Amino acid sequence: MKFIRSLEDIGEYALLMRRVLSVPDRMREFVKEFMKGVYTLGVNSIWIVIIISFFIGAVIVLQIALNIDSPLLPRFTVGVVSREIILLEFSSTIMCLILSGKVGSNVASEIGTMRITEQIDALDIMGVNSANYLILPKIASFVAFMPVLVIFSMFMGLFGGYIICMVLGTPSVETYVYGIQAFFRESFVWYSIVKSMLFGFIIASVAAYFGYTAKGGALEVGAASTNSVVINSVLILVTDLLFTQLALG
Amino acid sequence: MIEIKNLTKEFDGKLVLADINTTFHKGVVNMIIGKSGSGKTVLLKCLVGLISPTSGEIWYDSRKFTGMKSREIRRLRRDIGMLFQGAALFDSRTVLENVMFPLEMFSRKNKRERRKRAEFCLERVNLSEAATLYPSEISGGMKKRVAIARAIALNPKYLFCDEPNSGLDPKTSQLIDELIQDITTDFGMTTVVVSHDMNSVINIGDNVIFINEGIKEWEGSKAEVMDADNEKLNDFVFASDLFKKIKEAEEIISEDENQEKMNK
Repeated sequence: MKFIRSLEDIGEYALLMRRVLSVPDRMREFVKEFMKGVYTLGVNSIWIVIIISFFIGAVIVLQIALNIDSPLLPRFTVGVVSREIILLEFSSTIMCLILSGKVGSNVASEIGTMRITEQIDALDIMGVNSANYLILPKIASFVAFMPVLVIFSMFMGLFGGYIICMVLGTPSVETYVYGIQAFFRESFVWYSIVKSMLFGFIIASVAAYFGYTAKGGALEVGAASTNSVVINSVLILVTDLLFTQLALG
Repeated sequence: MIEIKNLTKEFDGKLVLADINTTFHKGVVNMIIGKSGSGKTVLLKCLVGLISPTSGEIWYDSRKFTGMKSREIRRLRRDIGMLFQGAALFDSRTVLENVMFPLEMFSRKNKRERRKRAEFCLERVNLSEAATLYPSEISGGMKKRVAIARAIALNPKYLFCDEPNSGLDPKTSQLIDELIQDITTDFGMTTVVVSHDMNSVINIGDNVIFINEGIKEWEGSKAEVMDADNEKLNDFVFASDLFKKIKEAEEIISEDENQEKMNK
């Protein structure tokens, strides 16, 4: 029964996306909603990205410095490994898992509340493509702002490591800076950005689906919000595995 | 004019609307009345396409609504205004922005003209002073009036109202009823009101349809409601003590008049 329900969900999601991914009724209104989305979903997430990236970056450097204390490995390895972890996985995957909680629940509860208070029905009755009007600007703004969040996260993660090296002195700041520049591959940054944009699409669209199809009252909106976070987390992890194999494997 | 032909709706095999046939006329207030759970809101939702009927036809003047493609439905809906039970105003927009919304989406007017039209609609519902307020800052009755202003912004041909008086005090209810009546006559709209409020029926029900357990039991004018020879309708109408007393008073007056005539 649950399996059939899941298949139904996939079908409903695909049909919803067909309605979402169409030309907006009024471009002016789309741009207005897009800018609103950039602010509420993107700009408002910068602080959480900065704080988490800074501390996790510091902890990564600290852990690596403590755990690869071998005379066979040069000390700048701490910088190299930390950079690769931050660039390849932390700033895209882990950050998106965190954002799926913040942004996903925000989108699901906002659209879910509009559904149960008949605001979406009101849009439909006016002849507006409600799915396109409400969801497309959210997806587009979040996906478009994702590279900014990822770059912020990368810099803050590496900066956190820099501060920990400055405070503890092991490895030295110079060695760490040398390490984060050594064997640098620019393509990893692009890989991370593209991956995070894909995750951005998943987070916004899945959360919007759960909100849009919410039925009942406040309790169901809460459940839609929770479900969106859970499903988003699973989808991000599975997509990460597939995307990594496809892009780097 | 809206025509309903043999409309049936089933939910999981359970019959909710059974073979409904009726016509809603232009320029008058058409009321659908009935007990809670009788199927009147389902009928309204079928009429506006929020629910697809199991069988039957709905015609908007010469346009067949049932079976229309979604693009055509969206085009037709630009001729429809709807007042929802909870008003359904957009929380993030001010009262004026709510009224301007349909104009922004579909009107070719420039910004100044759109604003002017929205201000006219707000004036029509006596709410000019609330233009800058948000829905959370106004009362339930005011919300309903804003929703009416939004519904008429694009000069619709058809107006649907779902329980327009629910949760309102008698005086505000009367105000909303009068507003619906005036708008219907002024703009020559086909108005359909779903209600279980008998005061509204007596106030504005030009054409009344009574639905009971998904079946259309009775149809007539507001003047005929009180004297209708339908047991189920009488049970519904005279469930209220007030209407029982009105009926009794009418009977006493009529008996007195007859007595007077006899004496003469």
